[in-house]
This record gives sequence, structure tokens and C-alpha cells, in this order.
Amino acid sequence: MIRDPKDLKRYEPKERANHWVVGISFILLALSGLAFFHPAFYPLTQLFGGPTWTRILHPYLGVLMAVSFLAMFFRFKHLNKMTPADKEWLSKAKQMVDGNDHNMPEQGKYNGGQKAMFWVMAICMLLMTVSGLLIWRAWFGFDITLVRMGAVVHAAAGAVMIGMIFVHVYAAIWVKGTIRAMWYGTVTRAWAKQHHRGWYRQVTGK
Amino acid sequence: MALQSLDIKQRSATTTPSTHVRETLEIAKLIDVSACIGCKACQVACSEWNDIRDEVGNCHGVYDNPMDLTAKSWTVMRFTEVEQNNKLEWLIRKDGCMHCADPGCLKACPAPGAIVQYSNGIVDFHQENCIGCGYCVTGCPFDVPRISKEDNKAYKCSLCSDRVAVNQAPACVKACPTGAIQFGSKEDMKDYAAKRVTDLKERGYEQAGLYDPQGVGGTHVMYVLHHADKPNLYAGLPANPSISPLVSLWKGFAKPLATLALAGVALGSLFHYVTKGPNEVSKEIEDEIEKEDAK
Repeated sequence: MIRDPKDLKRYEPKERANHWVVGISFILLALSGLAFFHPAFYPLTQLFGGPTWTRILHPYLGVLMAVSFLAMFFRFKHLNKMTPADKEWLSKAKQMVDGNDHNMPEQGKYNGGQKAMFWVMAICMLLMTVSGLLIWRAWFGFDITLVRMGAVVHAAAGAVMIGMIFVHVYAAIWVKGTIRAMWYGTVTRAWAKQHHRGWYRQVTGK
Repeated sequence: MALQSLDIKQRSATTTPSTHVRETLEIAKLIDVSACIGCKACQVACSEWNDIRDEVGNCHGVYDNPMDLTAKSWTVMRFTEVEQNNKLEWLIRKDGCMHCADPGCLKACPAPGAIVQYSNGIVDFHQENCIGCGYCVTGCPFDVPRISKEDNKAYKCSLCSDRVAVNQAPACVKACPTGAIQFGSKEDMKDYAAKRVTDLKERGYEQAGLYDPQGVGGTHVMYVLHHADKPNLYAGLPANPSISPLVSLWKGFAKPLATLALAGVALGSLFHYVTKGPNEVSKEIEDEIEKEDAK
């Protein structure tokens, strides 16, 4: 694919790499975690070298995701501050989902939905990390009530996160011209003007 | 006893019925605390029969030895000194798996077939299926299972399921010199306990009674206690044990519902795409950009 030199740079290589580490670890964690979530998913343990290996590997993958998400959090935090325009966007999100984006307020680099996703994921990541440490018996032995609460929170936050990621991935598939930003960092000017006009004007000066 | 496959009542992480066309007699072990002399013959017999040798520990200045259940000590005597009715009493309780009718360990276990409950009531760990996650410890209301540091598998009393399968009493029962440990059908054990309780009441222990906690559906290891109103006296035996509500929440209906919800999100996304179509850049904006470039 030949890229237009006038395309807009949306992500630096470092940012893309960071996102990919989070993404890969998330997928591996979701598959291995679901295996222990419900018996219906137990065969997924075969992807990780068997049930015991899955149990061993899952928490280390969790550490990798926690650390790489933390880096991503600090990288993008300043771009995800909620503004009144974001709240307006969120209140009109149904129209957007129905396929009509004509009434949507102008959005900066991220729209209200993306920002909401960012903060929900950040909270879930924190919950997952803390509760994950509570139930990591290979290294820790916390009070039984804490362990039980950890087990509940870990399962609940995990389910919420997987659901959110479905939405995140689908949004990228649905909005054409988005996924390339994750691969090589650029988007077309038309894409930016259509979906993030505030950001388009900021980076093009138009 | 993996080969004893026709009388399994429940199997961990299994959502279809297990083979249980054969109905076996419900059994129980009865530990008469009032007849126990704390000789630890049961501990030794357990170690002998099951071929497990725990590390020789240190003396902690009390009779308890070892101090706690381990992956290699499936039963321990717990000694407590209490004052009741202005008298010193030395309470000795043989601790170990209670073989609950509603086992929290089995409910919590994510590995299919790592924990089974036979229709005779025995809750057995099948280490070959155990993955070492420790969820059984999280689920147990009695703090019984232990994860081995050597192989990361969970261990606990099997109620000598291998012996019971061939009509032998558990090793601890065989070894007990005072008859404080009895074994038989659960009904017979209840009858035996009733006689012991009557005897104890005649001897002044008015609160004597049987410990068969209904919070876990009853147990297949029961105690005769002289102070059945205060099970806590016996080294913290829980008065009303039950599977923690947190464990029930964690392992209950929420997960199948969450699974359905996730499937709903995935299918909803697919059908959204199919019915609404992709969100593409409008022709209008593409033309605007083209005009800019033509300038």
C-alpha cells in the first residue's frame, strides 16, 4: 500500500509498540483467563501448553500487561480529559451508532466514547492487578476474605474488560481507515476531518 | 480412586451429570471428641497408609505436632485448654477434611475432575487433574486443603477412599485405641452419636451434641462435642460453617450470564455491521480534500 505523504501522523512508533504489547498480552490473558472463568472455556488451556502451564503463565502475562498498560496510561492520559463536548458526544452516541454522525459535536484526537473507554479500562486494569495479586498463590498468601474478594473482583472486572475490548475492536473495524493507525501510525486527512475535526484542524492548521 | 467411576455424585468444573447409576450407601466418620486421648495414633496411621512422611518439625512447646495441616499431614490433633464450669478442660480435636455434602472446594475448582464427590459422600482430590491454582483453599469453609510446595498439587484427607471402596474402614479408624473414631453408614453414625450424647448429658455435659453442620449440607466427618453449643472452643471449629457468599457469587449464576452477555456483545457487533454497514468517510469530505489538493 502506497501511503500519501500528506497523510496525518496519529501515532509514534513507540506508542504503537506500547499498544501492541498491551493488546497481545490482553488477548493471551483473556484466553487463559476465560479457561478458568467457566468450564465451557477450559479447552483454551491447550493453547498455553496445558492446564497447569496456563495457571503458571497467566499471572506473569498479567504483570506484563499491568506494566505496559501503566506506560500507555501515562502516555495518553493528558489526551483523555473529558470536556463538555465529549459529554455532548456521549449523550448523542446512539445516533452515531445508528449510522448518522451529522449531529455529532466536533471532536479532538479522541471522542467521548474513546475517552470513556480509556477511563473504564484504566479502572478495570487497576482492579485486575490488585485482585490478581491477591489470588496469586504461587507468590502470596493473603487473608482468606481478601482472597475471596479478589476472586470475585478479578472475574467481574475481567468480564467487563473483555466486553469493553469487543466494543473497542469492533469500533476500529466499523470506522473504516482506523486500523492502519495501529499498524503504521497514519490516517488520511479525510478520515481525520470526518471523525476528529478538532484534531484535524489542530494538526493541519485549517 | 479414578477407577471407581460408577458412583460419582459431583465432579468439579463439569456442567453435565457424572456417572452415578450406582447408588452407594452414604458413609460417615464419627469423631467422639470426649473419648479422644490425644495419642496421635490416627496421625501415624494416616501417614502410614497413605505413604506420606511429613518433615520432622520442631517442638513448639505444645502438644500439637505438626502445628498445622500440610500437604503431607492430612490430619492433625489440635489441643486446647479451656475453662468450663470452673474446671480446666483439655479439648482435643482431630482436624482434617470434613467431607461436606456441599463442598466449597469442589464448587471453586476450575479443573474438570480434579475434585470429585462420590455418592457415598467422600470428597476426593484427583491430583492428576489438579493445576495448583489453590481455588479449593479459597472455597473451603474449614481451611483444609494444602498446596504442596514440591509439586504444586492440592492435598487433603481422602477419607481413605481406596480402603472404603473395598469395604475397609479408614486407617485412622483402625488405629484409634479408644474407639473415639467410628466409621459406618451416616445413619448408623448418627445413632451411635445419639447414644454418646445421652451418656455425656447424664455425666453433666448438658450441651453435648452432634456436630453435623447443615450450612454445608451436613458433613461426612462428624464430631460428638461435649460443648456442642460452643464449637469454637475446639481450636476454632466454626459454629455455622457455610460456603462464603463471596465464593457463591464468584461461582454462581453470574458467570454463565456474563458469558451470554459477552456473546451478545460479539454477535451484536456483527449484526450491527451487517445491518448498519461500515462507517466510511463521506464522499463530501473526500471531495473537499481532493479540491484542496487540486489547488
